[in-house]
Amino acid sequence: MLSNVRTLWLTFLHLFHRSETVGYPETKPYMAPRYRARIILSRDPDGAERCVSCNLCAAVCPVDCISLQKTEDQGRWYPEYFRINFSRCIFCGLCEEACPTYAIQLTPDYEMSEYERPNLVYEKEDLLISGTGKYPDYNFYRVAGMAVPGKDKGEAEREDPPVDIHGLLP
Amino acid sequence: MTLGFGILEIVVSLAAMLSAAAGLTWVERRLLGFWQDRAGPNRVGPFGTLQAVADGVKLLFKQDWIPPFADRGVFILAPAAGMATVLLGFAVIPVTAGWSVAGHLNVGILFFLAMTSLGVYSVVLGGWASNNKFALLGGMRAAAQMVSYEVFMGLSLLGTVMLAHSFSLVDIVMAQGRMWFIVPQFLGFVTFLLAGIAETHRLPFDLPEGENELGAGFHTEYSGMKFGMFFIAEYAGIVLIASMITTLFLGGWLGPVLPPVVWFLLKTGLTICFFILLRAALPRPRYDQLMMFGWKVLLPVCLLNVAVTGAAILLFSPTG
Ligand code: SF4
Ligand code: SF4
Repeated sequence: MLSNVRTLWLTFLHLFHRSETVGYPETKPYMAPRYRARIILSRDPDGAERCVSCNLCAAVCPVDCISLQKTEDQGRWYPEYFRINFSRCIFCGLCEEACPTYAIQLTPDYEMSEYERPNLVYEKEDLLISGTGKYPDYNFYRVAGMAVPGKDKGEAEREDPPVDIHGLLP
Repeated sequence: MTLGFGILEIVVSLAAMLSAAAGLTWVERRLLGFWQDRAGPNRVGPFGTLQAVADGVKLLFKQDWIPPFADRGVFILAPAAGMATVLLGFAVIPVTAGWSVAGHLNVGILFFLAMTSLGVYSVVLGGWASNNKFALLGGMRAAAQMVSYEVFMGLSLLGTVMLAHSFSLVDIVMAQGRMWFIVPQFLGFVTFLLAGIAETHRLPFDLPEGENELGAGFHTEYSGMKFGMFFIAEYAGIVLIASMITTLFLGGWLGPVLPPVVWFLLKTGLTICFFILLRAALPRPRYDQLMMFGWKVLLPVCLLNVAVTGAAILLFSPTG
């Protein structure tokens, strides 16, 4: 019984506490840079698309809301289309973790409500940004052992020239 | 002339009651917000005061659906019964000495008790007519809760009646000129408060509703304005119990300096705030705990209170 009275009193004292919530549209709360909201596709420092259409994000997505199609241009892989259905996305961030090229990234922008559902399906044009996102220096093709225009096999960073496996020299 | 004035009084009281009950929904949400360190509804109108209007408009335009498996007649009747009994209960509340619809009724307290007891029909019938397991469980709980609490609700008021020598509420207030009855009748006050909370199904005694176990209890199947009537009846019930507590234990309209109406409204308002504080602070007891508390603790306390009050009156009365 006494504990009930104590609870009443302590609750009453909260009348004089400052409110923890903020009036949202006027004051916006601070969002940490690692907050998981609207997804973007980033570009590498040279301005080329980072995504190599490996499909890992689409495979790992627990709600299957990513859809993409691979296309190829002089050895480089690109997504022909890249579609995220944000009405299904749960912003779990698994796609970002799975991506081998840092292409897909989640950002702190959460204000993406729409009046019509189809508007929540973002195409590649909507997703692609012109910058590098959270990883300014990373360039997949510069560290990967793939031959692309301007960079042959063995010319990537920290990569030895290819071994001639038919030669007899050690 | 007097008839016209009486009708006007009734209309004004009704309008005041209903708007107070509607406004109370806003007050409650705002206060709960403060007690939970948040702001509460503060968007519609200045400080959110028009929230109740917005809610009313929303309720009016909601689809008013009667489930095909429900017992149609009773389903419609139940919320109306709840509303009517609560509003009738207000008839005997004296706001001031001269302003009450039937404050001088010589069985005022009995009338009030009868009306609050009839109120349980709305809950039980609503639960029954919905033909829904959750609703029925809620209705049954309401019935059992009423049986446990109705008994000592009457008993808890007996001490007051003995002190005032009258069942009429105006006389009871008049008898508190020297001292509010909350002092000599403290046990009566506490038990009546608890019974009043149980009567209005307020948290922590809102077992008939029990959102977390029963969906929404007895009004699970209700929608639109029928739900709105249950809702408003609950809040009007709070106002009723609070003004009853004011009248019986806190000296009604009596008080220095300020005009009587202000005193009455002030006391009632603070009592209502206390009801809301109870909701903010206390968890809901288990069902059997509630019944046990009623029968094994509060009923004996009430009987004790009546016996002690009687003995004291006999000892100290000038004639005895
Ligand atoms: S955040 Fe999660 S749900 Fe959303 S697209 Fe990425 S993997 Fe799928
Ligand atoms: S966004 Fe990343 S994981 Fe998804 S297809 Fe492109 S490179 Fe692969």
